[in-house]
Order: sequence, then C-alpha cells, then structure tokens
Amino acid sequence: MDIIIYIALTFIALGSLLSFVRFVKGPTAADRAIALDTLSVIGIAGIVLLGYLFKRYIYIDLALVYAVLGFIGIIVIARFIEKAL
Amino acid sequence: MDIIHEILKYIGLVFILIGSIFLFLGALGIYRMPDLYNRLQAGTKASTLGAMSVILGVGLLQPFWLIKLIIIIIFIGFANPLSSHALARASYRAGIKPCCDKEIDSYGKAVEKQLKKIQKKLKNLTD
Amino acid sequence: MVKYKFSLKKFIYTFVIVLLIWYGFTTSFAPAELITGVIISLVIAYISVKNFNCCDPILLLPSHVLHFIKYFFVFLGALLKANLDVARRVLTPGLPINPGIVMFQTKLNNDFAKMVLANSITLTPGTLTIDIIKNKFYVHWIDVTTEDPEQVYKEIAEPFEKILLKIYN
Repeated sequence: MDIIIYIALTFIALGSLLSFVRFVKGPTAADRAIALDTLSVIGIAGIVLLGYLFKRYIYIDLALVYAVLGFIGIIVIARFIEKAL
Repeated sequence: MDIIHEILKYIGLVFILIGSIFLFLGALGIYRMPDLYNRLQAGTKASTLGAMSVILGVGLLQPFWLIKLIIIIIFIGFANPLSSHALARASYRAGIKPCCDKEIDSYGKAVEKQLKKIQKKLKNLTD
Repeated sequence: MVKYKFSLKKFIYTFVIVLLIWYGFTTSFAPAELITGVIISLVIAYISVKNFNCCDPILLLPSHVLHFIKYFFVFLGALLKANLDVARRVLTPGLPINPGIVMFQTKLNNDFAKMVLANSITLTPGTLTIDIIKNKFYVHWIDVTTEDPEQVYKEIAEPFEKILLKIYN
C-alpha cells in the first residue's frame, strides 16, 4: 500500500529537482521566479503527502501557511520585476 | 462501512499517483520550454491540477482531514493562475518579449498607449 | 489609496464568508475560538470593504447554484484537457509550439466575473491571460490559429462567458 506513496514521492522529488535546475540556470530573474512558483506548489503537495505518511495533522496547517506565504511572495517578486528590471 | 473505506483508499491512491505524475510533467515543461511565457503555460496548468489531485487523494485516504484540505485546494485553484498572470504581466512590462519565429503581438501597442498616457499625466503634474 | 463607500450588505457578506473560513481552519467549537473568530472576522471584513473593490453579495444567490455547478463541470473538463495537452507537448521531442499574443473583447462588466474568466482561461488548453485593460483581454496562445478578435473569442472564451453572462448580467 505504502509503495504507491513512495513512488509518488519519487516523482515529486524528480519534479522539484528539474525546477530547481531551471531556478539555477534561468537566464532572467523572471524565469527564476517562475521556477520558484512551481517549486513551492510541488512543495505543498509534498508536505501534504509526508503528513499522511507520518500521520501528523500539523503538516496540513504547515502546507496551508506555505501556500499563502508562497502566493504573497510571488506577487511581491512580480511587482519588483515590473518596476525595477 | 469497511468496504467503502477500502474503495476510497484505492481511489485516493490513484489520485495521488496521477497528481504526482502531472507535477513531474509540469516541472519537465518548466525545464524544456524555450521561453518564459511557454514555461508559465506548462508550469501553471500541470502544477495546479497535480497539486489539487494529490491533496484530494490524501483527503480520501484520511476523511477527517478533508475540510481543511478542500480549503487548500480552493486556495491553490484561485492563487496559482493569479500569480502566473502577475508574473507574465510584470515580465512583459519589464521588456521580455515572446520568442520564436512568428511575430503575433497585439499587446505591445496597448502597453505603449498606457505608458504614453501615464507620461502625459506626469508632465501635467510637473508643469 | 482609493477608499470605497461602506455598505452594510457587503460588510455582512464578507463577515460571514471570513467566519466560515475561520471555522474551516480551526474545526473546533470551543468558546475561546468562537469569540476570537468573530472579532477577527469583524476587523477583516471592515478593512476589506473599506479598501478593496470586492465582496459583491450577488456572488452566491440560490438561483445561481445550478449555473455554478454547470460552470464547475465545464471548467473541470477544460482543465483535464489542458493537462493532457501540456503532457503531449512536453513529451514530444520537437516541442510543437507556435506562440503569440492575441486580443479579444468581453461583454462582462463585473470585476469578480472578469477575474473568474481570466483564471479559467489561464487553466484551459494552451492559453494564458497576460493582462486585462478595461474590457480587452490579452492572451498568450501557445498554438495561434487566428488573430481576428471575434474568432479568438469563439475559440477561447465562449463556453465560459456564456454561463458567466447568465449569472452576472
């Protein structure tokens, strides 16, 4: 039963690795911001899955806070790129 | 009761597997696409559905967590397209043009018009 | 900063929604939590009604529920199709794309409805809303077939806007 969750976690890890490569490589700051956005969404899914695996309810709150803060962060970065680049 | 629980468990596992595959494909799109706007296209769509599906799957495995998980799903559904829209708008206005051979661009003129209006207003203010 | 007129209808509507979200988060009915939730919701509702152009009470009338359910299913179908489309494009070795930015006009005049339409367009196959200026939508399209605003409207926005027009106009 748990093996499927481990497979899913492997896919999530590979995905975050790929977007991290884009985060390091990305030619402009906007590319890095996009990679960061995707990375944070993948991170939310990963946190919820780990919460199920460890049977800890507190991880759900963690995912929620991470989602809200990631959204605000991306909006701030977008405002910054618009005015300053 | 037990049978329903078992069935929900299997459905949840399928949701988790499909969602994680879509998350991976979204990241692959971020890595492979040639320019910023196409990256945004691939990244936003796949990661939104992937994250929603994984979270819904966990909710089916653990029905007591479902309320809060549904709030997270609704939040992601609203926030993810909004942030990608903000990023696309900001990077266009920062001067990053879409790539590739075919030049179809009706947005550039509108931005120029707006900028001219703002400059006029600024001039009026300084005068 | 723009200040909006205070209206009791909007205030009560926002208050109820914020309170519901609070109970969704805490999922407990201890008296301390109840009182904290009410106070915080009052403050947040007051600030958002004063400062943001939001919170129209017409968003959820009972007569609209049927339309919302229909919209949800149309949207879900488009989202699934969009993801299969992305998967196909990403996994093809040659990257079959033909991108460009196109424009179309909408008939909606409610801000919230425009946001819902923009978000739906972003999540449907091959399109990404870049900007909304008054009633013109600028959309990045991954596979441009036409530049004519009427045609673009028919291809991208029609199924969503038909339902939204029934709700908001």
